[in-house]
Amino acid sequence: MGENYVLQLKNIRKEYPGVTALKDVSLGVKPGEILALIGENGAGKSTLIKTCSGAVVPTSGKIVINGKEFSSMTPQLAAENGIAIIYQEFSSVRELSAAENLFLGNPIRRGILVDKKAMEREAEKAFAQLNIDINPKTLVGDLTVGYQQMIEIAKAVKQDAQVLIMDEPSAPLTSSEVESMFKVCQLLKSQGVSIIYISHRLDEVMYLSDRIVVLRDGEYIDTLITSETNVDELIRLMVGRDLKESYPPRDVKINSEEIVLELQNVSGNGTEDINLKVRKGEVLGLGGLVGAGRTELGQLIFGSAHKTSGKIIFKGKEINPKNPRQAIDLGIALVPEDRKRHGILAEISVKNNINMPIYKKISRMSVIQSKKEVENATTYQESLLIKTPTIHQSVKNLSGGNQQKVILGRWLAANSELIIFDEPTRGIDVGAKFEIYKLINSLVESGKTIILISSEMEELMGMSDRIIVLAEGRITGELQRDQFDQEAIMRLASRVQEA
Amino acid sequence: MKSSIVSEVKEKNGMKDRVIYHIKDKAIWAVFLAIVVGFSLASPRFLSSSNLFIIMRQVSMYGIASVGMMFVILTGGIDLSTGSVITIVNVVCAHLMVKMGFGMVSAVLVSLLLSVFIGLLNGFMVATIRMPAIIATFASQIVFAGCAYLLSGGVPIYGFDPRFKVIGQGYVKAVPVPVIIMSVCFAIGSFILNKTYFGRYFYAIGGNEEASKLSGIKVSSIKYLVYALSGLFAGLAGIVMLSRTNSAQPTAGNGYEFDVITCVVLGGVSVAGGYGKISNVIAGVLIIGVLTNGMVLLNVSTYMQMVVKGIVLALAVGFDCLQKKRALT
Ligand SMILES: Nc1ncnc2c1ncn2[C@@H]1O[C@H](COP(=O)(O)OP(=O)(O)OP(=O)(O)O)[C@@H](O)[C@H]1O
Ligand SMILES: [Mg+2]
Repeated sequence: MGENYVLQLKNIRKEYPGVTALKDVSLGVKPGEILALIGENGAGKSTLIKTCSGAVVPTSGKIVINGKEFSSMTPQLAAENGIAIIYQEFSSVRELSAAENLFLGNPIRRGILVDKKAMEREAEKAFAQLNIDINPKTLVGDLTVGYQQMIEIAKAVKQDAQVLIMDEPSAPLTSSEVESMFKVCQLLKSQGVSIIYISHRLDEVMYLSDRIVVLRDGEYIDTLITSETNVDELIRLMVGRDLKESYPPRDVKINSEEIVLELQNVSGNGTEDINLKVRKGEVLGLGGLVGAGRTELGQLIFGSAHKTSGKIIFKGKEINPKNPRQAIDLGIALVPEDRKRHGILAEISVKNNINMPIYKKISRMSVIQSKKEVENATTYQESLLIKTPTIHQSVKNLSGGNQQKVILGRWLAANSELIIFDEPTRGIDVGAKFEIYKLINSLVESGKTIILISSEMEELMGMSDRIIVLAEGRITGELQRDQFDQEAIMRLASRVQEA
Repeated sequence: MKSSIVSEVKEKNGMKDRVIYHIKDKAIWAVFLAIVVGFSLASPRFLSSSNLFIIMRQVSMYGIASVGMMFVILTGGIDLSTGSVITIVNVVCAHLMVKMGFGMVSAVLVSLLLSVFIGLLNGFMVATIRMPAIIATFASQIVFAGCAYLLSGGVPIYGFDPRFKVIGQGYVKAVPVPVIIMSVCFAIGSFILNKTYFGRYFYAIGGNEEASKLSGIKVSSIKYLVYALSGLFAGLAGIVMLSRTNSAQPTAGNGYEFDVITCVVLGGVSVAGGYGKISNVIAGVLIIGVLTNGMVLLNVSTYMQMVVKGIVLALAVGFDCLQKKRALT
């Protein structure tokens, strides 16, 4: 039976102290197919695929590649056997050019010198083969995440990968970038390459994959033929119960008199001449393409970047936060989008991560009141369904989605009046997403105000009371709830200012 | 019903977790015990109570300075000026008492202020100017070693009030005063790291500076604080040393920082910052103390001692790195 699989995982088990991440999971990948791998945060998806490269050594189980059996892998072995992996949080070397990144680890050499010209020529060919438009000389740090990912894919192809494994590749991408990634995937498939595709976006999975494997709590649940299933069934298998993926209703009367935040002609940090008002109890959505200046605007309000002109008025008073501490003390919070760089304190426990912004507040004469600290952490662990054996676990040991939830918990604990959410549900599973939406609702119901930045159109329209769209650092339009429409938002988002 | 099973399983896993954690955590103490047993078999004098007191007195200066060094390393920095702070505190304190007629207490206070000032200067270079810590504190190491030499004219200063000896050589009941000072320093260190909010900040900054800033931590203020504290603890070690030797040598603390860094790193504090426990640093300090003392008892040459200490340092860090690697895969 082994013949019709390029890659087979047999009874893979992985135990960590206190957690069994995988319980005898088996699956097989056929040549030239796209196999999707889905499951809730912490289901074991990343752990499973890491066993294919040796980044994780399974406690027991076998990995079979083209009939050859291995009990554990190393990155070299994986590469030699045609397995390439693009990790959930991949990192390219920002200071090197696209070509140099492509040849990282085995540069083309002439004697002991690297042959830059040859690498650039080869890189150009490799990119052309995948129809991607990158100048090999560009520094990777200057490219968007989408292009950086393309380079990773090109690297895999260059190594003659037979199986390409991608862990949540679409999470950091814009919708048009996702489309070009799909094209590359399909091109590879037509060349006989198999792909394992991990994603929380079920519509992508339905569109792209041939078969779908579902994991839950480290256990194999089922394999489905994509054309014979639907999103509801997938959710049921993932979560273990019925769940309508939708937006919970909320019961808030927005007080149009009470303006919590007002920006007057604010410029700086890549934004220009921003005028907007946010009313108490409102969820204001900020729409636009990645790079439109939404994150940058959030940073201005939060004091992690500075405006060059204009006024920020918070609760009737002009404010000028010089750093995040001042903004936090005023009652403003920002949940950052880049959790690895701006979010997690990896070595530190879940409990300490959640309490970080409020330690001073819960201290008496500099001494932390440990009861409050534990209470806080437990509250958010439970309400956000953070999957961890104890709140004393280091955050680095949590799955990607659960790390994201810890950061959310941190900012909910800060109990701020205005909370800016920058892509709050990126990489978060359907069940927890719904919980986060409910939380946002209960926040506004209790009188808080929210600015929601999201690239997921559905989420933006589902959760906002009003949407302001930005393009190239300027506001291009505003939509009231009854005017919400995907096309209208896209049109505003891609509108380029004349002069 | 189901939830009780779940919590039971959780509890059991939690137990296993904790046991493994404890064993791992206590490995350094096992190493310490092994060394103690080894030396006491090799030399009968080693375990005598008089020798044990000598060890404790010897390590007290390392111990005191290691608390401040640990803070700095936790934030991802390093303090190479410790040795020079010790030297200059020796020279200045002696100079004030002998040449300028200062009283004991005021001379000590002024010297400690100076050590805090040097720490703040390091903080300024690292946090405000944003120089790499290794270069900034290296610069102040050189500068203040030079200053100490200039001030003393290269000759030892002695002739203090006899009561000054108490700090380094005195006893309370049967316990040497420097050991008491060291214990108090460890207690303060433990209190700061485990109980206060700014202690948590040390770990956060070493773990991810950018994220710490966004969590509302005033990263520069905290950096000033850790370097100032490192200066202060080094200064205190300097005073103890001055009292022990009863004369200020113009090169008293030269090279001290490396022993102190070794103690801290041996105690499992991550050189990259963000991780470390003070109880293990105590073990690190004791190991270095016991090693030095035992080798002297066994007449091991100074150069051989260097070889051994270097190997111990490499083994300690190597072991730690291996454990981390294993935990990840
Ligand atoms: N090094 C580790 N130490 C302890 N537990 C770990 C470690 N790595 C992963 N885990 C645990 O294993 C489980 C599976 O994690 P994994 O990262 O595979 O989840 P995932 O399915 O990829 O989730 P996500 O969608 O959030 O990325 C989680 O419960 C996680 O806490
Ligand atoms: Mg994952």
